[in-house]
Amino acid sequence: MNPSFYVTPEQLVRDRAEFARKGIARGRSIVAMEYREGILMLAENPGAALHKISEVYDRIAFAGVGRYNEFETLRKAGIRQADVMGYLYSRDDVTALGLATAFSQTLGVIFSHETKPFEVELLICELGRNGQPNHMLQVSYDGTLVDERGVLAIGGKADLLGGALRERFTEDLELDAAIRLGMEVFAETENRPLDGWEGAVLEEGSARRCFRRLADAELESLSAQLPS
Amino acid sequence: MNSPADWGLPLGAPTPGASFSDLLESLGLSPRWEVPDSPVRDLGAPEATTVLASRYRGGVVIGGDRQATEGHLIAHRRMRKVYPSDRMSAVAVAGTAGLALEMVRLFCVELEHYEKIEGAMLSLEGKANFLSRLVRSQLPLAFRGLAVVPLFAGYDPNSEQGRVYTFDVVGGRYEEHNYGAAGSGAIQARAFLRTAWEREMTETEAVEKVVAALVAAADVDVATGGPDLRRGILPNLAVIDAEGVREVSEEYLAEVARSSLGGSR
Repeated sequence: MNPSFYVTPEQLVRDRAEFARKGIARGRSIVAMEYREGILMLAENPGAALHKISEVYDRIAFAGVGRYNEFETLRKAGIRQADVMGYLYSRDDVTALGLATAFSQTLGVIFSHETKPFEVELLICELGRNGQPNHMLQVSYDGTLVDERGVLAIGGKADLLGGALRERFTEDLELDAAIRLGMEVFAETENRPLDGWEGAVLEEGSARRCFRRLADAELESLSAQLPS
Repeated sequence: MNSPADWGLPLGAPTPGASFSDLLESLGLSPRWEVPDSPVRDLGAPEATTVLASRYRGGVVIGGDRQATEGHLIAHRRMRKVYPSDRMSAVAVAGTAGLALEMVRLFCVELEHYEKIEGAMLSLEGKANFLSRLVRSQLPLAFRGLAVVPLFAGYDPNSEQGRVYTFDVVGGRYEEHNYGAAGSGAIQARAFLRTAWEREMTETEAVEKVVAALVAAADVDVATGGPDLRRGILPNLAVIDAEGVREVSEEYLAEVARSSLGGSR
């Protein structure tokens, strides 16, 4: 029989948190901000094939940073949860808060029970219905849930990005202006040449599904206008 | 308490993983109807009647009347039988109304679920094949007289044309070259389109002909409800082309229906 050493819960949680934070810091960050017609999510993403931002439900979007396979597993689980809820009850019964709580519970359990915690941070955005406020929720590797207004950043540089963004953010920006602001903040914070963008919005339109990916060309042309 | 999945989100998935109906099955939530072995008496479940779809140059039109019957009574006058199933396709149903509506609901969620999980839409053929599987799963009910027969139409971006699929009660799937119909008035609707259909017709002509075919079906088949201008009941029609699916507006349909009703007098 192996001798087992006693590790205090404090030490265990500290070690695990440090491990997760290190993993997350290796990846690139994502920002989200409200603009006049909806919510913009913007990420630096050199590859075109793997998405960090995606659609979950009619008015709900998901973004993840950190280990790709882990947030991808969570993304799919979120879509499953949302679709099952919407099918069993009604499409109106699927909410960002409900989903974020489920993510938070799952991540919390994984953090304390599994061999290693997930090295991810998640962002769940929901476009408010009929003038109701939008929701922007952050779920951390240990299941911590944060609700923000206006702007929200996740990832290794979240504090820097979020701080810089909050300073310059104004309400009712046009989409182009919001994208430009996001790109400028990325450029200032990262202090290195940025390669490739991924962007998506949740915006009110005639369609039931409000999620729309921004075309690469659109992002490229805005990126080209940045002062270098 | 073995895995996190036991506590919260469905992290694990059935293989292949992108199918919503398989997910429901694995959770024990898929729709189930237990039917007794004894011969079924007439349940009086409402039945939806005529639906049809027609190809034209650049797309496809799909439509249906609004009536559901219960034996020789009218159960619903404003039932909807044509549903956009995603951005590029639409489905219409005939047969036992309650089962048909459930099938449509499951079908629509399935398409959206696949698209979100995989990040790409199913091919049109893939959608039709899946619908055929849903029909086949209803076979035991069909033997009891509770049949559902859908009609599927969509725009295929690969071949750049509209396509129409018809089904039979056992889940057989048939691609129609020009037009297809299902339900009690299908024979009349097809008979009308047999002479009226033209390969090179425009969207406007196709809409007019589909409405006229519904009028023709309602003229002979008592279960089919023709356009009722007095009550303001008009057929549902959807047009699908390279731009996607859109429903034909009621105002325009009223105009078309008025002229085709005038012609049938």
